Amino acid sequence: MKRREVIAASAGLAVSGLFGTRSSAQSARTPIVWWHAMTAANAEQVNRVAADFNASQDRAEITAVYKGTYPDLLNATIAAFRAGQAPHVAQIFEVGTGSMLAAGKAVKQNWQLAQEAGVTIDPAQFVPAVRGYYSLPDGRLASMPFNSSTAVMWYNKDAFAAAGLDPEQPPATWPGLVSACAQLKAKNAIEVPMMTSWPSWIQFEQYSAIHDLPFATEADGFNGLGAELVFNSPAHARHLQRLMDMSRDGTFRYGGRGDAPENLFPAGTAAIMFESSGNRGLYSRTSKFRWGEAMLPFDPAVIAAPNNAIIGGASLWAMTAPNRTAEEYRAVGALMAFIAEPDQVALWHQKTGYIPTTEAGYELSRQQGWYEQNPGADIPIRQLTRGHVTDNSRGLRLGRLPEIRTILEEEIERALQGEQTAQAALDRAVERGNKVLRDFQRSVRA
Amino acid sequence: MRANWLAHAVLCCGVLLFLLPVWLIFAGSTQLSHSIARGELSLLPHLSGLDVYRRVLLGPGVNGEASVPHMLMISACMALAIAFGKIAVSLLSAYAVAFFRFPFRMVAFWTIFLTLMLPVEVRIVPTYLVMSDLGLINSFGGLTVPLIASATATLLFRQVFLAVPDELMEAARMDGAGPWRFLVDILIPVSAANIAALFVILFVYGWNQYLWPLLVATDPRLDTVVVGIVRMIGVESLTPWDEVMAVATLALLPPVAVVLLMQRWFVKGLTEGEK
Amino acid sequence: MERRTIFPGRLLPAALVAPQLLLTVVFFVWPALHACWMSLHSEDPFGLASVFVGFDNYAALFGDPLYIATVARTIVFCFAVASISMLVALPLAVFADADIRGRAVYRTLLIWPYAVAPALAAVLWILLVHPQIGLLGRPLDRLLSLAGGHWDYKLNGGQALLVVVLASAWKQVSYNFIFLLAGLQSIPRAVIEAAQVDGARGWRRFRTILLPLLSPTLFFLLIVNLVYAAFDTFGTIQAMTQGGPAQATQTLVVKVFRDGHDNGDLGSSSAQSVVLMLGVIALTAAQFRFLGRQRH
Repeated sequence: MKRREVIAASAGLAVSGLFGTRSSAQSARTPIVWWHAMTAANAEQVNRVAADFNASQDRAEITAVYKGTYPDLLNATIAAFRAGQAPHVAQIFEVGTGSMLAAGKAVKQNWQLAQEAGVTIDPAQFVPAVRGYYSLPDGRLASMPFNSSTAVMWYNKDAFAAAGLDPEQPPATWPGLVSACAQLKAKNAIEVPMMTSWPSWIQFEQYSAIHDLPFATEADGFNGLGAELVFNSPAHARHLQRLMDMSRDGTFRYGGRGDAPENLFPAGTAAIMFESSGNRGLYSRTSKFRWGEAMLPFDPAVIAAPNNAIIGGASLWAMTAPNRTAEEYRAVGALMAFIAEPDQVALWHQKTGYIPTTEAGYELSRQQGWYEQNPGADIPIRQLTRGHVTDNSRGLRLGRLPEIRTILEEEIERALQGEQTAQAALDRAVERGNKVLRDFQRSVRA
Repeated sequence: MRANWLAHAVLCCGVLLFLLPVWLIFAGSTQLSHSIARGELSLLPHLSGLDVYRRVLLGPGVNGEASVPHMLMISACMALAIAFGKIAVSLLSAYAVAFFRFPFRMVAFWTIFLTLMLPVEVRIVPTYLVMSDLGLINSFGGLTVPLIASATATLLFRQVFLAVPDELMEAARMDGAGPWRFLVDILIPVSAANIAALFVILFVYGWNQYLWPLLVATDPRLDTVVVGIVRMIGVESLTPWDEVMAVATLALLPPVAVVLLMQRWFVKGLTEGEK
Repeated sequence: MERRTIFPGRLLPAALVAPQLLLTVVFFVWPALHACWMSLHSEDPFGLASVFVGFDNYAALFGDPLYIATVARTIVFCFAVASISMLVALPLAVFADADIRGRAVYRTLLIWPYAVAPALAAVLWILLVHPQIGLLGRPLDRLLSLAGGHWDYKLNGGQALLVVVLASAWKQVSYNFIFLLAGLQSIPRAVIEAAQVDGARGWRRFRTILLPLLSPTLFFLLIVNLVYAAFDTFGTIQAMTQGGPAQATQTLVVKVFRDGHDNGDLGSSSAQSVVLMLGVIALTAAQFRFLGRQRH
């Protein structure tokens, strides 16, 4: 028994020993670790970026490591920081931005990193909706924009045609959408007329931005930790009521939180799917019908011309750790600058479906003819750059926002089940969410 | 006979209850990823799709990182280390508690026992801190050692040892056997079935770990196969369902093989202590 | 229970217990104390600032009707999972223990699912019951829509709870089967044969002879299943419903994980962990008292 155990343990040691030698052989270059949450094709692109960076210089060697979903990654980063083992670079989803900004000496904000590393990362080069989300009130960048998406409306052109709707003219307003769904249902063109992924992000956060409605006070939290949620306005309640009415008619079916329903669009189950623009790759490979991508509809009773949408996705944060050398930070700064180079931005955008984060990357893609070859691929970036950024469309800067999203979705679910009215659902969500905000405020002030 | 007919009917239903869902995974592995995502999963495997196994076994691996055989090897090493480690550690401590008197004997026993079922979610942050202080993050030791600490096995061995008749021990001492010889020559052979049963339980436990390996091993070359599967089920991206199901089928084979090969001892070893 | 003969010596037994004790203290006791400490503090996720708040976290917890509802839901969930998985396993074990042709094959086919990983079980169940892509979910949805309803566990809390209960119980059936089979096999043949001579057959034999003799095993399994349902179902629930819709499938461990891991609320999460630990300790003590009574 004992002997066998020793054998097993030494086999294990031999295995880890092997790995140890491999990494020490690379020690001539400064090793840099980058934790990311990308999978499948997008993960290949992260690895490609890392390989390109390694080939572009000879002082640092970057390793990209997948660390699970966005929440897993955020948590692993926090745990690692507490243990003094934080990765050099962490890809943190946009709703974690509020928490990261309160992380004090755990992070090196982008402007500071660039200064120390002696590289230039000009905030002005980024698309305003992206820049706004990740910068401080005075315009300095807090984190490095990386994979940004926005929400769009995917629709099935074949189903539209079958219902006698114009496949090239998707509805641009909510009243138009409601009647289109009714027609899809009446003509029995498809199983479910409309579904939505990310209920809170798309139907409330994005809805607030394009209708120039505040989601929270203090400019959606940008001006201070004292922000209060205000997404229980009559306009918000009317929107939830609309979804509830459609759910009762059978023209809308709730498909769960997050991206749970995303596959029901390529499956031909849902005619209209609200989803991230980052799904272009998935949908073009799996849909066996003609489909289109359209901007999010707006409600003319609330706003005459819709404002810019906000972004989703993630940005890169430089993490600190004890004994981390200036050379390591220099390498991280070099990586950040590399990622913002126009050809890198354009390549990432075209390979993944995320938007080009810089004007130069967008321009380069245009010159390369990307949008002629892929009609509709510029819908997300056009939706992000229309109108002008206001206090209500810069993004959300709230601590523990993922928890607030869950709370809102829980209350929406109860409303859709007929357990409470639209207004009551939003009132409760605001009340519960504000408690979370106050807790967060207390914990970071402590 | 009526009773036999009933027995067969009930048992067949039970067997189907388990075989069907797992068959679904195997059948799914041979079908096109896109049709599975569209809900067109069929119960009939497509023989032409068996090629997927060659692809996942010989291919470069998930995300171009660790290959599937490599992940299977890590899983096997981890499961074996946990199983043998746990058996050794708890055999010794149960032996001490059952056959010796020493100060704080019961304190030691209860310390081990009361912490038995602390869920991993509760202690994950502090445990991670300990691991990093010990320099075990990203190492095979970090993957296994914290999981070796558990009291289930100690409890079972104690039960088994308490059931060993005093006469056996007296006879052994009469023959001049010391504690070590008694353990090796008598106790271990006597509890061989229990050890085998525990081995099955612990191997399966180790093989099926998910949360801990994901957190503690940041090096993709330390990925277990279960972590690899969950990693393949993407977010905001394309899930290669056929490959996921093929790897899932492969991941299922070793623990099932262990359970089946040791089935005889498995059931027997669970009863002996209780008699 | 104590044995009469023991080995002499103090150093050797101490050395034998040492590895186990060391592991326990380092990986269990210390983290548990850490959780207690954190439950009395309010701390930002990065651990940069921490302030003592006394029992505020506990007070907030028990003042929250949603937490109380989660406690009640967890109890219902645990008993549902435990009883369903045991009720399915019991007849299977009894019949597989009977003298019928091919029982070895049946046993093998019923034991192996023990090896299925919880992470895989959830994937498998999603493929079965998903309302739009599931093999059973699609026909079920069509069937229910005839009656004006929907099969939609993503929105219907009752259906969601049903699905996670079934998936969790499914995973546990073969565990119960193995232990019940072992328990049945440890019943001396003579007792059963004697009962047969008395003419006890079928249901009566089961009720009057087997069931009483199995009761220690059943009680042991009840405790183990309750603990399983409380803790080890986390992966299944997380993969299938993430505790939703609303909070219909949120159990205590899901909430601990959600508050600590996803929400970074370490104070509240630690307080919940401490409450859970006390629950486990109480359950374990109950089991010991019962087993102790059985033996004497």
